[in-house]
Amino acid sequence: MAAAVPGASGARATAALLLLLLLLLGCCGAALAGSPQDQAEQFFRSGHTNNWAVLVCTSRFWFNYRHVANTLSVYRSVKRLGIPDSHIVLMLADDMACNPRNPKPATVFSHKNMELNVYGDDVEVDYRSYEVTVENFLRVLTGRIPPSTPRSKRLLSDDRSNILIYMTGHGGNGFLKFQDSEEITNVELADAFEQMWQKRRYNELLFIIDTCQGASMYERFYSPNIMALASSQVGEDSLSHQPDLGIGVHLMDRYTFYVLEFLEEIHPASQTNMNDLFQVCPKSLCVSTPGHRTDLFQRDPQKVLITDFFGSVRKVEITTETLSLERDVAGFESKFPEEELATEPLKYAEQLPVAQIIHQKPKQKDWHPPGGFILGLWALIIMVFFKTYGIKHMKHVF
Amino acid sequence: QVQLVVPMAVVFGPGSVPRDLPRPLPFRDVQEMEISVNLRSSVTSRYEMRYRSTTGQEEAALAAATAREADAALYPLQDTTLGSLTMYVVPETSSLLPQGINVYVGKHRSALVRAVGSLAALQARLREVAQVMSFTAGSIAAALSDRVPDGRLSPDARRNLKSSLGYEITFSLLNPDPKSHTVDWDIEGAVNRYVKPVLDKLSLVANFSVDSQILYYAVLGVTPRYDKESSSFLLSAHSLPHVINPVEARLGSSAASLYPVLNFLLYVPERSHSPLYIQDKDGAPVSTNAFHSPRWGGIMVYNVEAPASPQASLPLHVDVDVARVMEVFLAQLRLLFGLSREEVPPEFLLECPGNEGLADWELDHLLWAHTVENIATVSTTLTSLAQLLDKIGNIVIKDDVASEVYRAVASVQSAVTKLSLGHLHAAFQASKEAVTSSERAFFDPSLLHLLYFPDDQKFAIYIPLFLPMAVPILLSLAKIVRETRLRKKEPTKMD
Repeated sequence: MAAAVPGASGARATAALLLLLLLLLGCCGAALAGSPQDQAEQFFRSGHTNNWAVLVCTSRFWFNYRHVANTLSVYRSVKRLGIPDSHIVLMLADDMACNPRNPKPATVFSHKNMELNVYGDDVEVDYRSYEVTVENFLRVLTGRIPPSTPRSKRLLSDDRSNILIYMTGHGGNGFLKFQDSEEITNVELADAFEQMWQKRRYNELLFIIDTCQGASMYERFYSPNIMALASSQVGEDSLSHQPDLGIGVHLMDRYTFYVLEFLEEIHPASQTNMNDLFQVCPKSLCVSTPGHRTDLFQRDPQKVLITDFFGSVRKVEITTETLSLERDVAGFESKFPEEELATEPLKYAEQLPVAQIIHQKPKQKDWHPPGGFILGLWALIIMVFFKTYGIKHMKHVF
Repeated sequence: QVQLVVPMAVVFGPGSVPRDLPRPLPFRDVQEMEISVNLRSSVTSRYEMRYRSTTGQEEAALAAATAREADAALYPLQDTTLGSLTMYVVPETSSLLPQGINVYVGKHRSALVRAVGSLAALQARLREVAQVMSFTAGSIAAALSDRVPDGRLSPDARRNLKSSLGYEITFSLLNPDPKSHTVDWDIEGAVNRYVKPVLDKLSLVANFSVDSQILYYAVLGVTPRYDKESSSFLLSAHSLPHVINPVEARLGSSAASLYPVLNFLLYVPERSHSPLYIQDKDGAPVSTNAFHSPRWGGIMVYNVEAPASPQASLPLHVDVDVARVMEVFLAQLRLLFGLSREEVPPEFLLECPGNEGLADWELDHLLWAHTVENIATVSTTLTSLAQLLDKIGNIVIKDDVASEVYRAVASVQSAVTKLSLGHLHAAFQASKEAVTSSERAFFDPSLLHLLYFPDDQKFAIYIPLFLPMAVPILLSLAKIVRETRLRKKEPTKMD
């Protein structure tokens, strides 16, 4: 008896252990079966239905080759991950590929040893050369575009669009230089984003900037649903990556180079999230400290997929309903009779009276009398001159 | 606030009058309900019901054999203005409605409702029918989805097309393998026969323009899997989102118009990947072989039967059965607009709309949602425009911008008034005008704030210019003042 009882309890203990193990395995199995479902749920949680990208390179001239290469590389990644050209607004000075100083014309390389030509056959630049101005950039963002602008130059986003904005160039504390002649301040940029939010022109916005002191540009944002990344903090410079001795200039900036290495591993179905993007380019590689800002963003960056902004993964639903149509409907007579517009045969119309334009005299600009400020200033100067040096000079003048 | 008024007529057929009527027929009653949109604003819905008994003609019509015939006979006798509803109450034991069905909703704006014992229960049922036929709290909230705080609505609710003045519909035939298949489709005939009736009915809502194209060598972005059991190729549900992107780059859109584009693609799979079926989440092939993406459009896969003899000469000639294709595309068009028949309670029987594509009450459904959405859009636009103009003190407002703003305000006020009177058509037109005017005013190119220098920038530019110049001037001025004062004092000093 004494020997049987421990044996029985021992058997019961092992049976209990086995049951526990089975339960655990069962739970694991259920959890594993649940995770594709979870993934599908997470995938649908972002709430956007289309993606746009606005890629801006704000410099011109040959020695700013790396900024154009930056922008074109991001353009290629974004296209590879699925955003079509119709949804990308690319603003470049576009003076690199055909620059007389380019030893390999019609190419823009992003990697030493000329591995990858980012200026391929299908680059579609929407704003080029002198059209890249602060005014045009703000017009694209806010939508206050003259009615004659074609569709490809517009940002036709709606309240379910996720927009990626990438800017690169030369910047300072609170401003970004456009084409060496004007600048955009962080206040103006924040106001433009607020105008976009007021009109619900975006669902979520990812702002990436690769310039010196880039973090100053996102300090002033105050609209919701914006996430910002910058290549350097205030007071730091963003450095370039590597010069190419054949071309003679630096080919890319460090931050964008490492971001692109990161993006090369992303494919349209990948589940990588934003936290991984924040870790790209630590100080040891980049020399500057990349920064990011997520306080305005409502979702947790852990749950935001890279492809939410860089790719264009659409929500789909299976169609389960059909209409039933009567097949034998002969010609249909519209309830609202269409009037046949009297069309005359088309003929070529003189578009521009070229001869008239060439021989036109230049238009007289209307003359405005000088304003009060100028008049007052000159009166002051003249009065002071004559008072100081004596009235006797007047008779020499008049 | 916005009040949505639905005028309803409730007609009691012989033998269906409930016993506990408060007053003898005919009488009027009003039911109000509040739909709260967010913490501060809400929309009230008001059902104005006129109870009456049937006229002789209506009784004769209700004596028909089936519900469909009764509905057809009743149609000329009803009030068919947009937004109004008519409900005919038939006795509980009536055989007009099939067994187990309590409500029959016709093609136009009427319904046949089976009577219930008490007035309260009947009113509950009538309210349910009215909600199906006009608007529900969910549909109004979905229309105002950008004003609802984020947490309360599921992401699925934001998938209907936004209200717009026009839509462009593009039908594309994708033929990735022209060497094996020569595909012909009579799209123009199909559009005239099947699509135009639907678009004519929807022409109240927006302008539609239709075009079509054929794309060769356009492949899907995903390689389908071969399934041995059914000896066919399968596209699983989770690979569908990646199908659209490679094709979209080639679809193109009209350069001139800014209306949203709805793409309907018909894909004829390559001979090496035929037949191709779409699998849903449970692994079963989808009967329609089609899927759609909210706010974008739909794709249908059209399988070509394998040729009878394996030595048939390539390319095979394929004539697309456009009627079958249009059934699916038009159903997808309805789903894109949010007209789904899936959330209807089971004891309802809905009449098929036939070739018109949608019933009159479904059109009303759209109009209610779009009117409310337009009014919300106009108020947010005008508010943000006012905030912008407040912030920049020296902005110049052109006369036409000002007149557009006035027109927008007047139109939106008229839309709200018409809604509270129950004139849905007029309210919708007014809301459309309001949206056009407010968009034109808000997006006027002259309102770019960059063009108006803020005062601190003026200081920043002019001070470095004039300050150095001003220093000697000011010093000289001081010297002059001192000299005049000295000279004034001198005569008094001299004796």
